Amino acid sequence: MALTGALAAGTQVPPGERVIDVRDLRMRYGTKDVLHGVSFAARRGEVLALLGPNGAGKTTTIEILEGFRMRSSGEVTVLDTDPARAGEAWRARVGVVLQSWRDHGKWRVQELLDHLGAYYRRYSTDLKSRPWPVGDLLEVVGLSALASTRIARLSGGQRRRLDVAIGIVGRPDLLFLDEPTVGFDPEARREFHDLVHRLTDVDDTTILLTTHDLDEAEKLADRILILNDGRIIADGSADDLSRQVAGESEIRWTRDGQRFVHSAANPTPFVRELLLQHGDAVEDLEVRRNSLEDTYIRLVHDSEGRAR
Amino acid sequence: MIETLRVGAARGLIELRQTLTNGQDLWGYFFPSVGLLITVFFTNQATVPGTNFSLGAATLPSSLGMLLAFGGLLTIAQILVVEREDGTLLRAKATPHGMNGYLIGKVIAVGGMTLFSVLIVLIPGAFLVDGLRVDLGGVLTLIWLLPLAVVATMPIGAAVGSSIENPRNLGFVMMPIFGLVAISGIFYPITGMPGWLQAVAQGFPIYWLGLGMRSVFLPDALASVELGDSWRHFETFGVLAAWAVAGLLVAPILMRRMAQRESGSAVAARRERALTTVGR
Repeated sequence: MALTGALAAGTQVPPGERVIDVRDLRMRYGTKDVLHGVSFAARRGEVLALLGPNGAGKTTTIEILEGFRMRSSGEVTVLDTDPARAGEAWRARVGVVLQSWRDHGKWRVQELLDHLGAYYRRYSTDLKSRPWPVGDLLEVVGLSALASTRIARLSGGQRRRLDVAIGIVGRPDLLFLDEPTVGFDPEARREFHDLVHRLTDVDDTTILLTTHDLDEAEKLADRILILNDGRIIADGSADDLSRQVAGESEIRWTRDGQRFVHSAANPTPFVRELLLQHGDAVEDLEVRRNSLEDTYIRLVHDSEGRAR
Repeated sequence: MIETLRVGAARGLIELRQTLTNGQDLWGYFFPSVGLLITVFFTNQATVPGTNFSLGAATLPSSLGMLLAFGGLLTIAQILVVEREDGTLLRAKATPHGMNGYLIGKVIAVGGMTLFSVLIVLIPGAFLVDGLRVDLGGVLTLIWLLPLAVVATMPIGAAVGSSIENPRNLGFVMMPIFGLVAISGIFYPITGMPGWLQAVAQGFPIYWLGLGMRSVFLPDALASVELGDSWRHFETFGVLAAWAVAGLLVAPILMRRMAQRESGSAVAARRERALTTVGR
């Protein structure tokens, strides 16, 4: 399969630029293997999305990289250190945003950020002053008006934004985001996406995020990794991936107020024919290659077929 | 190190302020306090067997000893179990030096809470009963007894809290502790217990904390109704120190193991389980 060939080559990240470097990572619980030799790398300032069905091993992978879980075998280097043996100075350079935090309900928003920020003070450098000034941080995540609200009183979306603020209060070099926008309304999601872009642009932060939302992965990620059944089955930008999967393009147009949809493996001859026949009567012409969703479903499907 | 101490201490003071300005928590402090004061009030007319000293007046310092034990054993265990579940511990783990800051904060916050719960019994209680007195010897005893109470109980409480995964299992710890209170001579002199229960009670810190507090607040003549006709400061120190050593040996191991296991999916799994059991 063409896909396997592309994978063997992988996306090349020069060794010197690797913020994350994972080689042949394996994880076994009892007799069950949940990761079968995962390898990938991330470069500085890159946004990497980890996609995959439930149970594919996304959480296990991210927790090993966060240093929260011991691996069975394989080489893992995160910010030049093995997370399984990393110390507090490494911890200060890593930000973590998880899904199910309900902690510090009695604290006020600003109070908690001030407190947690204080742990990073000693890691401030000339290049990067830590922590992030809390006033600015509240502005960035849109919680300024709620600075003195008790955390237990925040709505779900506000709570998530606070979690993100806590994740970046130490101005991390690397940020892990686990399903960051679950429960966000579309506006909050848009604001969150802007925030991620700002982080990578201004601070050169490397971001590894997991998500179920393909649209989000496409918008945010420079590169997408698809994990299925403990293996990486695709690694590349959204465009790369859809090119890897031979599929049909969708052609839509309207003529005389009527809508038409047609699928073709190669859209060019079809469109030429269409325009020759109807000329300017063809309106709202759109040609769409495989959406990321099609690609994703196709890839996961194919890999499952191969595994059986 | 100094920086962590500073941040941790700030954390403890913030949490102390939060708990002392929260209606629900205050109710939690005053409710047992009122219960103890009522007990003291109604036993005030009774006398300690073999003396004409008020039983209520003897119960008051004993119950202070009990409150010290509760603060160190139960409060810490409870907080650890709850804060592991809501992700506070994971947050600490995700922060540089966060775990140390967390623990320093806890010692200060729980120490403050315990002191508060002692004071709201002692101050009104002192007006209810006659015969309490504190001399210089008593003050000196307090100076070594209070820190020793903290070191003897908090590590044990932390070890217990680290080994309990499910908040519902906290009950299994509460029951034996209440049982120990019943046999430790807090509400009635231990001399009235059968010999083997006396032996059991003397193996645990609650009896010794009660005894120590009685030695601070009661006239020395009352030592005659205690086991061995004395306040047994030497033995008090010995048993509490033994618990402190045991706790300080075991607690770090259990806590490290607990902390190692914390991860996003562990917190999520506990939450999931809590949600499914709530519905039942």
